[in-house]
Amino acid sequence: MAILNSIISICYYLISAFIVFVLAKSIIKTKNIQDAILYSVMLMPFILRILRLK
Amino acid sequence: MTDRNLMIVKLISLALVVTAMIISGVQFYNHRNFQEEVVKGPGVTQVKKLSDYFEPLKGSINDCNIYILDSGVPGGTAMLIGRSHPEEPAGNLATQIFVENAKLTQGRLIVVISANQSASRVTRPGDAYPLYYTIETPWGDKKFRMGDRWTSPLDSWPDPEVYVHYPSGQLLAYMDIRNFNRTWPGRDNGMITEQTCYAFMNLIREEKVDIFVDLHEAELEYPVISTIVAHQNAADIAGMASMILTSTEFRIGMEYSPKSLHGLSHREVGDHSDAVSILLEAPQPFLDRVRGITDEKLLLTGQDEFVMMAGKYGLLYEKIDEKGWPIDVRVGRHCSTVLSIFELWGDFNPGKEVLITGVPLYSEIVKNGTGYYFLDPSKARPGDIYYE
Repeated sequence: MAILNSIISICYYLISAFIVFVLAKSIIKTKNIQDAILYSVMLMPFILRILRLK
Repeated sequence: MTDRNLMIVKLISLALVVTAMIISGVQFYNHRNFQEEVVKGPGVTQVKKLSDYFEPLKGSINDCNIYILDSGVPGGTAMLIGRSHPEEPAGNLATQIFVENAKLTQGRLIVVISANQSASRVTRPGDAYPLYYTIETPWGDKKFRMGDRWTSPLDSWPDPEVYVHYPSGQLLAYMDIRNFNRTWPGRDNGMITEQTCYAFMNLIREEKVDIFVDLHEAELEYPVISTIVAHQNAADIAGMASMILTSTEFRIGMEYSPKSLHGLSHREVGDHSDAVSILLEAPQPFLDRVRGITDEKLLLTGQDEFVMMAGKYGLLYEKIDEKGWPIDVRVGRHCSTVLSIFELWGDFNPGKEVLITGVPLYSEIVKNGTGYYFLDPSKARPGDIYYE
């Protein structure tokens, strides 16, 4: 079970990195200011998790 | 808006977010890596690691210190643990008082200050807990980490949909697979919290622990409060301690550990080892859901007008007034109760006494303050300082 959880945990980090990539791409592409700010704020928890800070 | 202005807004918002992330990230990093100094007291004869009893924990975040105080005189072996739930600080403060002050004249005492290190290095998301609290001592302020009830998700992830307790098969809430007091007796191939409990069970069996005490605090809205929870094998000691303490020092109840409620130390340690198991609960208004501002002041004074209001409406299981439940009262209750329990253990089991001196009683801690009993690390030899 511990091994399975480790695999899922690694997948979670990969998914977080993918979401960061998608959000960053959305920030660059969007023409809407509110969306840009919203995407920027949304980046925070994912980056903090990838860095294993929170 | 022109493309240039849009780009400026994007850069500014990103800069603000990165700044906020750095500020919060540094705080989270420092909290997770903050080390508390513990001075080896006059009674400590050996300091081991939990991984000495379960190798896979070696080097992990939960490989905590095991302080052994051995009188050298044959007797019983008692064990005391704090920080099962690190958001209940009276437990780790009381255990540190034992490590820094206790002397044994008979038997052995094993003390664990931080049973769940991982949970002591994270606070509860969304509850605005303070990251630290400080205790005044005669030589300055001593800083401690505030923790959470559950092991950090950084160390145990993902949670299951439903936590199936091992070995009972009882269904518990999903996050309780990270709850140190729902994962006893643990399992060797489980998640880190289960492995930690498994290691403690190995310790209890290998060291032939006779009596085990787990220190906790509880919200006033919770019915199990100001009490000694005892496995049926400890009912005589707990009942007698409750009567003696209530008639001499402070009111404390006694209740049986439910036989069908699994995962808790007062049930599983007694069921899966030869040790008698007991859990102590002191009142902590900081944990009440109806509390006001959740800050260090509330944590240390236990004074809260909203909890008092709940008391006026009869919603609490413990009394509270404007004096609150200060940390000295809570730590003092734990120290006196533990001493009383160990003394009674010896009375009930001749030849297996655990005789302790040097640990202050409730009235002394309330009078002098908890910090009065902490040793000054700056005056200790480097080899006598350990880190939690």
